[in-house]
Amino acid sequence: MSIWEYANPKKFMALSTRALPWAVGLTVVLLAVGLVWGFFFTPDDYKQGSTVKIIYLHVPAAMMAINVWIMMLVTSLVWIVRRHHVSALAAKAAAPVGLTFTLIALLTGALWGQPMWGTWWAWDPRLTSFLILTLFYFGYMALWAAIEDPDTAADLTSILCLVGSVFALLSRYAVNFWNQGLHQGASLSLDRQENVSNVFWLPLLVCIAGFALLFVTMVLLRTQTEIRARRLKALLARERVA
Amino acid sequence: MKALLLRDLRLAFRSGGGFGLGLAFFFLLSVLVPLGVGPEGGTLGRIAPGILWIGALLACLLSLDRIFALDHEDGSLDLLATAPIPLEAVVAVKALAHWLVTGLPLTLIAPGLAVFLNLPAAGYPWLILSLLLGTPALSAIGAFGAAITVGLRRGGLLLSLLVLPLYVPTLIFGGEVVRRGAEGMALGTPLALLAAISLGAAALLPFAAASAIRVNLR
Amino acid sequence: MPDLGKYAFAVLGSYLATAFLIAALVGLTLWQSARTKRALAEVEARQGTSDG
Repeated sequence: MSIWEYANPKKFMALSTRALPWAVGLTVVLLAVGLVWGFFFTPDDYKQGSTVKIIYLHVPAAMMAINVWIMMLVTSLVWIVRRHHVSALAAKAAAPVGLTFTLIALLTGALWGQPMWGTWWAWDPRLTSFLILTLFYFGYMALWAAIEDPDTAADLTSILCLVGSVFALLSRYAVNFWNQGLHQGASLSLDRQENVSNVFWLPLLVCIAGFALLFVTMVLLRTQTEIRARRLKALLARERVA
Repeated sequence: MKALLLRDLRLAFRSGGGFGLGLAFFFLLSVLVPLGVGPEGGTLGRIAPGILWIGALLACLLSLDRIFALDHEDGSLDLLATAPIPLEAVVAVKALAHWLVTGLPLTLIAPGLAVFLNLPAAGYPWLILSLLLGTPALSAIGAFGAAITVGLRRGGLLLSLLVLPLYVPTLIFGGEVVRRGAEGMALGTPLALLAAISLGAAALLPFAAASAIRVNLR
Repeated sequence: MPDLGKYAFAVLGSYLATAFLIAALVGLTLWQSARTKRALAEVEARQGTSDG
């Protein structure tokens, strides 16, 4: 029994249908615990005041925004190498989820930045990279939407995802370089894991797990929808022929 | 392959081939920016590197869909795909032809347009050098984008949505070289990185583009 | 309700914006799922096939 068994759409449907209720339940529990804990039962930071509560949304969303793209890269590679349809459809299903996380990260970042840095937006390398990541998500989804034939679409989007990943990485470093060139990097990064104390760290962990599971749930459900849509299309085509 | 290059060049220079369109666009942009920003020399001089690079980028974008679209319509792309030369080489040659009719002329007229934008004198050699090193990347990346969208009926808009994010690193390093050149700062690093992107794109992207064309011709 | 002090707008705004975006994503996903399911069931019933 290998993992490739689940590349069979039927097996995937059976497994995901069994797994979905658990994923939904776990997502709801983790998000509720993490966010309620973070929102109601953590103290204010001495420097950031109550805005520190935004961390429970911002950091998980930002992490997932990047991880979703990596997941799309892996599933695209699997499609190119082994040509499992479920893999290509999972990549397609993940893109809107990744885009949503990217937008959440940008929005909460802006809302946090306004009182903390005194501006909604700064062309800080990290922020700029995220904006560019948004563009990549848009391009990827637009390409899926534009191509009629599903196998062609899967092939072309996979190629775009591979090339895009290289360029997204390049952009990340280019942007680092670009801002440094103008003015010394005002170290704007949030207190990251290293210097976040346990009071904030534990609920944050729960929230990260919650966002990750939210992603899993969404992808399972969306991939199911994609598989059903494919089957629907095939049946309709058969009907036209008959 | 030489025949293919010459054919592409001839087609580009023929009336309606699109040669000159990009140049005219580049020229217009350089005239419109001062009209929008105001005639104050200091401001213009400061934004000139970025404007010129963005202008070159957009002018390049205008003619991208021509790289494969016309050949796809009249079926000669299918012939090229089955020709004895590898499709990767075909892509590379077509990207080269695109660069010869857009990137190179853009580089040559850029110093003239820089006068309108009041670019500081120290920036001129770096403007030419950066465009010379950077525009091949624009053509190579563009050829990849054109290969992805070749089978689509309304690929033009999608093409820009796909290609512009890929242009980000080139734009950043290109603009940085000129800006630093104009301010008399050290610019070895961005120049080297710009050249690296061009070489890398020219070496690797034809493979990605060729596989995209194969998918589209299937 | 914790006292958010002068940052109430930023904190509440973040939570509301996130809730809205996630709700939109979940809503869209559920809607698409239901629609596809229904359409597929209809066609399968009409064709008398049901092996999915």
